[in-house]
Amino acid sequence: MPNNAPTIEAYRRVAPRGAVDFLLRLSEQVRGRRFLHVNSTRLGGGVAEILSRLVPIMNDLGIKTEWDVIDGDPEFFATTKAFHNALQGTGQVITEAMLHHYVEMNRAAATRLRLEGDLVMIHDPQPAPLIEARRTDGKWVWRCHIDLSAPQRRIWSFLRQWVVRYDAALFSLPAFAQRLPIPQFLVHPSIDPLSEKNRSLSRKDIQRSLDRLGIPTDKPILLQVSRFDRFKDPVGVINAYRVVRRYHDVRLVLAGGGATDDPEGALVLAEVREAAGRDPDIIVLDLPPDAHRQINALQRAAAIVIQKSTREGFGLTVAEAMWKGKPVIGGATGGITSQILYGVTGDTVNSVEGAAYRVRYLLSNPDLMRRMGEAGREHVRQNFLITRHLRDYLTILVHLTS
Amino acid sequence: MTDVSARTPFRFFGCIELREILGYRAWDERELMELLEQVPPGAVYYHTHSVFLRHHQVTGAYPNDFANWVASQVRDQVLGERLAIVDPFEFQDLERLREELVSTIDDHISTLHPVPRVVFGDPFFFVQSHVVSVPLGLSAPTLAEFARYLHDVDASSIYFHTLEARVRRGNRHGDFAQWVETALGLPALAEAIAHINPYLGGLERIRAEMLRLIQPVLSEATDAQ
Repeated sequence: MPNNAPTIEAYRRVAPRGAVDFLLRLSEQVRGRRFLHVNSTRLGGGVAEILSRLVPIMNDLGIKTEWDVIDGDPEFFATTKAFHNALQGTGQVITEAMLHHYVEMNRAAATRLRLEGDLVMIHDPQPAPLIEARRTDGKWVWRCHIDLSAPQRRIWSFLRQWVVRYDAALFSLPAFAQRLPIPQFLVHPSIDPLSEKNRSLSRKDIQRSLDRLGIPTDKPILLQVSRFDRFKDPVGVINAYRVVRRYHDVRLVLAGGGATDDPEGALVLAEVREAAGRDPDIIVLDLPPDAHRQINALQRAAAIVIQKSTREGFGLTVAEAMWKGKPVIGGATGGITSQILYGVTGDTVNSVEGAAYRVRYLLSNPDLMRRMGEAGREHVRQNFLITRHLRDYLTILVHLTS
Repeated sequence: MTDVSARTPFRFFGCIELREILGYRAWDERELMELLEQVPPGAVYYHTHSVFLRHHQVTGAYPNDFANWVASQVRDQVLGERLAIVDPFEFQDLERLREELVSTIDDHISTLHPVPRVVFGDPFFFVQSHVVSVPLGLSAPTLAEFARYLHDVDASSIYFHTLEARVRRGNRHGDFAQWVETALGLPALAEAIAHINPYLGGLERIRAEMLRLIQPVLSEATDAQ
């Protein structure tokens, strides 16, 4: 285990009361079993981020857990990126040659990987055809992390031929489930409270990060953290801010990334900058993918966090903000509605006007903001921390392999 | 503080729920009713009881998923209120609870044309619950020890010994009340515990209420020494 790998005991001070002892007891039922995870990358993206934390903890709990990745060339990853977009409902052109290459790369990977375990969990579409290489008695589950609520039919049908051969499929929301002849289970994603993005920061650390980012703290900060993507509606957030500005002196920070390697992201970023105009109280930050501490500091410095998406997979930035004790105003879509308890931890809205009204109302009621922040942190502690994720995976292991 | 010893110790179990998505979706109140008639009992259980396993405090407007959905997604506040008042605590089994919910919806929509449906919101997704029990390795031979463990135990243990015991394992008054009566010989305390309605406050309220009820019994035992 690497030196900086988390242990289960480290979570005792942040997890819900009794949760670590519960995990220790639950793991006794499956101690010594082999659990293999396979995805397509060790670095970057939410899946790698969560596996890099889950795998050491599972080993710490006595489950022989391994994590392998499928190799691929640029053509393979271009195809799987197109798959990803098509499965999330964006029209894509995917040729027969691309599909053929995708299958061949999986077959080649299957010869290199040791695909054995009492439970083999294959993450996302990239390695889904590895099920063809199933040889042992272990159970295989397909873990889908993406929004499958409105997939492009042709691509889903193509992928489905492998999915139906698994023993079960796991989805992040009921809306993502499909018509399948295998059991489908619900597993929400989670955040790691000890990671750089979520660990506690001193006031000095927060101030230092804000200073480096050039964010003054002389007025309340409204914050949205998300990629520069039209589905996140950053221009809608600016419009809502402009309504709020009539009543409250606030500053808006839009922090995102992904604009440098994504042509559409760069376009949206340009639109956002144009919409912001010369307003000195709108700060647009294009951050690198590893700006975890900066995002942590921004979320902790914000008065209210906004996630005004019009379409969203799960939207873990909502849980991240609630963990930092912030009320969250979110678009009424996807996983946002599963995370925000309406009127308790924040509000869900359906329009620019709705977002503006809720922000204005909260700014006028600081006690309510504080109560929502506290409720949000407890809600995340119970439902969206990595300890709950571990519980779910261990339960799948118990359920399928006992 | 003196204690009350038990004939047999109380063994705490926790539990975890595996949530199976059934693939049934309701877009209007008639579909909700018809699917509610068909789904396995585990789905009735999931949407009415195990909501407490997911939210240890009652946090939504109403204490069951059906009421919350019609109120927030269909925006039919009247049916939301009528479904919210159905108290699962009053029903001996899930089938009777299902009948009550179905007849409440049926009665409501029989006078409505068209039947209210989702316009902008999300459909209702039926999910089924599989509960896996886990021994916690905590064994209380006395009431004081029991209270000490109860104070810190994972909330799923409170769920398992109250709601799961009552609804799935047929223990009408729940494991806690049964143990207090049979192993400690304290029928008055047992009755008070059995009457804590979990649907009016959630698991943390049960925990707090039980600790509040136990405290004077322990003090009384001290005074009797």
